[in-house]
Amino acid sequence: MSLLEAALRAASVLAAFLVLPLLVGQAEHKVMAHMQGRLGPMYAGGFHGWAQLVADGVKFVQKEDITPRAADRWVFRLAPAVALIPYLLAMATIPIHPGVAAVDVPGSLVLVLAATSVGALGTLMAGWASANKYALLGGLRAAAQLVSYELPIVLALASIAMAGGSLSLMALTQAWSPWWLLWQLPGGLVFLVAACAELQRPPFDMPVADAELVMGAWTEYTGLRFAFFLLAEYAGIVVMSLLFAVLWLGGWHGPFEGTLGWLWTLLKGFGVAVLVIWVRVAWPRLREDQLQRLAWLWLVPIALAQLLLTGAGVVMGW
Amino acid sequence: MRPLPGILKGLITTARTALRPTHTAEYPDVAPELPPRSRGVIALLEENCTSCMLCARECPDWCIYIDSHKETIPATTEGGRDRQRNVLDRFAIDFSLCMYCGICIEVCPFDALHWSPQFEYAEVDLLDLLHEKDRLGGWMASVPPPPALDEKAAEPAEIAAANRPARGAGLAGGAGGAGGSGPRMPRTVRPRAAGSPRPDAGSPPPDAGSPPPDAGEASP
Ligand code: SF4
Ligand code: SF4
Repeated sequence: MSLLEAALRAASVLAAFLVLPLLVGQAEHKVMAHMQGRLGPMYAGGFHGWAQLVADGVKFVQKEDITPRAADRWVFRLAPAVALIPYLLAMATIPIHPGVAAVDVPGSLVLVLAATSVGALGTLMAGWASANKYALLGGLRAAAQLVSYELPIVLALASIAMAGGSLSLMALTQAWSPWWLLWQLPGGLVFLVAACAELQRPPFDMPVADAELVMGAWTEYTGLRFAFFLLAEYAGIVVMSLLFAVLWLGGWHGPFEGTLGWLWTLLKGFGVAVLVIWVRVAWPRLREDQLQRLAWLWLVPIALAQLLLTGAGVVMGW
Repeated sequence: MRPLPGILKGLITTARTALRPTHTAEYPDVAPELPPRSRGVIALLEENCTSCMLCARECPDWCIYIDSHKETIPATTEGGRDRQRNVLDRFAIDFSLCMYCGICIEVCPFDALHWSPQFEYAEVDLLDLLHEKDRLGGWMASVPPPPALDEKAAEPAEIAAANRPARGAGLAGGAGGAGGSGPRMPRTVRPRAAGSPRPDAGSPPPDAGSPPPDAGEASP
């Protein structure tokens, strides 16, 4: 790979990283509004408020950047970056078309898994370093939640890796067949639920719980740093949705896959993102004990059963 | 799997709402349809106000400011007593404190305060929410006419009183002796001096036929 090509790929990932979360965010504004019988933002930008998030970004940039005096200065300031950058890394490895991924590494599945787990560390750092009891409580809750939901994600992905016989996302998607839609369905559902929880989205947003914890781990954050956390959440949705689209829904497989494959991947990913938004609108927040129950009594057993099923399938050569 | 039906119901409800047209009122572009008794702002009808201070006293937030002074009106008849009248100098409501409870309007005995449905008077400076007399008076123009009385409702008290047939016409000492038309003059009740004959006990009182004694005719 020449230097120019590397720079080009890096730039394209950065562009995708800046555009796709905004797209998802705007979709959330609109979908959520319509699901609640509202219109959502209508003014910024003229046509149906398309520039709302850009305007929000400008607003965030203008705001003062405050670090509390008692805060653990460097940890506090680094936390948003720790939350945000791993998703950039993860996005770089997700293939949207045969041969079209910014970096095509052999073990990209493991890389994505590792990167998304690091993202959650940002919340922990923020909660610990803020010197604020709400933030600390949010951080503790986040820790409990991330420990619980990391496991189902790993198990669900392990099942896919077994089925495709590879640890590379590209190879896995090439191995995908429509039959997987049924065969890997339980694991897929587990992954969707766990991904929502990993992103601390409603209905799994106890660490933030703005009604009881004043925005949880992000309580002390202002301006751009707060915006980075929000951006990390949306980038996380993009990464998780694309991952689901690539692994469970077959990525670029579909009509005209030779030329329009990348569009299929993006469309499927967007569909999953809308599903994530839909879930947010439809369901109330879980209680802490319900959250743990769901993870340990439902998701982990189902994921294990899926692993068993996949193992049987691979051995029998389905 | 107990919560499953509820979970699906939530999804279905939100999806169905998303497919229906929205019912958002696009407020700044489309004026809202306010119910007739909306509490927008309080209007003052200054002519009616007697500066009795009832509203200011009852206001839970003490956000009504009233200053008044008394003026003496000279007697109109010779030897009469001068009368005094309250003149309103300042009447202000601080809408940054007001909680729109409507108590002031309820207690005003003279219908000087009214609800106006105007609600667009937000200000950049908090101090500008203190509406003085003229501004409060200006809101009067937007006060809707009072709703019509119910068909079967009793007549308003003043109309009922005016239409009441004159009572005791022709009786000795009756104050309504003026043919029974027009409002009856109120009868002045004054303490009787001990030992004097009851005025209506058969014999006509000494001043029968003359107009009823007024305040101008001081009793001995
Ligand atoms: S509405 Fe209530 S709070 Fe407001 S001025 Fe009248 S009495 Fe006071
Ligand atoms: S209660 Fe009515 S009449 Fe009395 S001061 Fe208030 S507004 Fe004026």
